[in-house]
Parts: sequence; structure tokens; C-alpha cells
Amino acid sequence: MTLFAKFEALAATRQALAECGLKSVNVVMEKLISPTEAIVNGRPMILAGTNNYLGLTLNADCVEAACQALQTEGTGTTGSRVANGTYADHVALENDLSDFFDCTSVIVFSTGYVANLGMISTLAGSGDTIMIDADCHASIYDGCKLSTADIIRFRHNDPVDLEKRLKRLKERAANTLIIVEGLYSMLGDRAPLAEIAAVKKRYGAYLLVDEAHSLGVLGANGRGLAEETGVEQDVDFIVGTFSKSLGAIGGYCASKHKELDTIRYANRPYIFTASPSPSIIASTRKALSILRSQPELRHRLWENANRLYRHFKSLGLRVGPESSPIVAVRLASKEEAIQKWCRLLEQGIYVNLVLPPATPDGGALLRCSMSADHRPEQVDRIMDAFADVV
Amino acid sequence: MPTYDQIVDQVIESIKEIVSHDLAIDENTDLISDLEFDSLKVMNLIEDVEDYFDISIPLNVLADVRTIKDLALQLERLTGKN
Repeated sequence: MTLFAKFEALAATRQALAECGLKSVNVVMEKLISPTEAIVNGRPMILAGTNNYLGLTLNADCVEAACQALQTEGTGTTGSRVANGTYADHVALENDLSDFFDCTSVIVFSTGYVANLGMISTLAGSGDTIMIDADCHASIYDGCKLSTADIIRFRHNDPVDLEKRLKRLKERAANTLIIVEGLYSMLGDRAPLAEIAAVKKRYGAYLLVDEAHSLGVLGANGRGLAEETGVEQDVDFIVGTFSKSLGAIGGYCASKHKELDTIRYANRPYIFTASPSPSIIASTRKALSILRSQPELRHRLWENANRLYRHFKSLGLRVGPESSPIVAVRLASKEEAIQKWCRLLEQGIYVNLVLPPATPDGGALLRCSMSADHRPEQVDRIMDAFADVV
Repeated sequence: MPTYDQIVDQVIESIKEIVSHDLAIDENTDLISDLEFDSLKVMNLIEDVEDYFDISIPLNVLADVRTIKDLALQLERLTGKN
């Protein structure tokens, strides 16, 4: 037995990928042509698995803002937000987000992962309880691991199961942080947020919603599922990322609780990470202003998403329970998924291959994420390839 | 409050509903190495016994659970709290 023995199953999976004829099991974007096209392994590829929902990664205004910040403020901050790493634009972005969410306080983090790690592990400590939806993202589970609170899982999208578990806690229910996601990243299903917020209120608990995949995607103004369901006042903490609809990298927590500013100074993942580089902050600010001023991007995204979802359903594919920009096809085995994923690559279509244990029900997924930037003929090609392969 | 033996019997019952093949299972059976449970099956088992005993099992305690006996001891502690 060596330290490496536990990685043998993983090595076998990678070998299976290698045997499907690819030069490399790692997909390398050798050249970006547009937010939805790249050269991958020497071959032109339509990108249908990038979470680039609004297609802003190559937006000229965002790129220009990043270039200007790079010229004037340099390549990095070389320090933590609580030391030398807070620049005027970090504060300006926090103010932009406060205005966008109409909330008291915002913290900007270096990644969405760090935002979840920092907020969850800092908010709930010894004697507290965290209740998470079973299908929550790994960053939420990892935040829970870093916390000293009791971690209790409730059944996916099941407010009745959540309430049953809160009831068991009796008076401790008030010290509970409930965590759900706006759009679940694997199957693209929404949380039943109105019902969950109602349960939270009945027990005096706190509610954190991870809107990583729903920022810029859901709600009349793109603020996410809390806006769409009309429960923003009942959500205590909104966590999200800049790495999807805003096309950069970074994370945030927005809250109506003024105590968030104090939590900043107890938040180890925030304190002990270098702050986001100025160019990232500049492009994110610009992308946020585009998200707010160009709702037509969201409308185009949904047109593409609804079209793909309806087509997959008509093909009889096993897709998620509702239409969303995440359109995932469930397959029975990981071997079948690997083989079909490789065939899609051969046809010039890149989607995400998702294997257990990352999948909700132990199966395997071919996961598409749509973009406002997908042209109708690209959606046609994705649909044709799935009809042929899957 | 159930006895330790009653808890072990119930855990074995729940496991038999999850595994499709006949196996000799006792309190020393290891969920991972003997039954080859993956994380999904472990969580299915946990949900089943949570419903039966009307308790919530914190994920924190599962890191120390390898065998049916480990799980039964945690269940004995948690059902004793009610």
C-alpha cells in the first residue's frame, strides 16, 4: 500500500479516456475563435460546455477595461484584501454589487469556490448547524468540512424533508444556516426557493443561496432565482461567481445584514488569499454593467436553451426536469458516456463529460451549457450531433 | 429508545434493501471494503435509517463510520439524545 494506491481507479478512468483515440485526455483550448468556438486538439470545435452564459469573455468593452487596468494598475495585487490587496476598484465593484442587489454589504472574493469556503466556514461554527441540499456543489461541501458546525443533508429540492430536520433540532433550529443553489449545476433544475424561504422563516433560521449559475440567467433583472421567485428579502446571503455569466473569475457574497462587514475580518479563506488582479475586477465591473443594461443577452440565452432542451426531449433523451441553460443528458454508464463524449468531439462538439461521484444519481452525464453567443446554426450542429451520437 | 441490537438489525435490514446479492452481513461488515458501497449507496443507507429512527445524522460523524457497528454506535448515541 502506498500513498498513491487510492488513485488507481481514477487512473483507470483516465486510461479509458485515452483509449478512445484522443491524443490527450485533457481538452486543451489551443486557440479561442469566439466564446463558442475554439481549436481543440487541432480541430475546430463548437463549445457547448463552458458556462459562458452571456458570452462576455471576449466582449470588446470588457477586454478594453481589463487592458486599461493592466496598464495602469499592473498584473496583480500581491496581497490579501486585509493587507495591501484592496484597490479602489475592489471597493467600487463591491459598491456596484450592493447597488445591483439593493443590499447593505458585499464582499468580493478571489474565486466563487473561495466565496463559499469563506462564508460557510465562517458563518456557522461549533454549536451551529448547516443544512445543505444533497445536490449542492463541492465548494459548499468543502465549506462545510472547514466549518466546525454539525452538517446535515436534506433530500434534493425537498422542503418537507428540510422542515422535518429543522423540527428535530428544536431550539437549535434558529442557529441553522440553510444552503441551496439557484440553478443546480449538473441538471439545471431550480430550487423550490419560495417554499424553502417559507420554511426558513417558520423556524427563524438563516438562508444562503448560491446563485453561481443563475446570476444573469434568472430574474427580470438577472439577479437570480431569489429575484425570480420574489423572495430576495428572505434570503440572508447570496453567494455567486464572476466566472460564468460575467466571464472572468472571482466570487462574492451579498447580504442585507450589516454584520457581513465584520465577518470579513474573521473569514480565513478571504484573509489568507491574494485579492483578484485589477484587470479581472475591471472586466467584471464592465460585464456587470452589460448584464444590467442588455437584457437581450439573457433573452437570447433562453431562446437557445429552450430550443436545445425541447429538441433533446423530442429525441427521447433523458434530460433534466426543466428547461434551463444547463441541458444535461443522463446515460446509463460511464463507459457509454465516455464513448459518446469522444464521438461528439470527433464531430466537433465539446460538452462536459460528468462522471460519478460528481453526478447527482450515480449515473453519467453529457452536460451542455448554452450561451447567448451561440448562433442558430451552431445550435443546429449541436442538435444534429446529439441526434447522431446519443 | 431502541437497543443496540435492534439498531444493528435495522441497519442490516436497510442494507439488504440496497444490495442486490445475498451476503452474510453482521455488525463487523465493512460498508466500503465488504459491501463495496460507493458514496451514493452510503447516503441512501443513511437516509433510510434516518427516516426509520426519526433522526438526522450529521455528515461530520460519517468520517469515522466504516462498519455496521460504527454506524450502530452513532445511531445509539443519536437516538438516546431524543
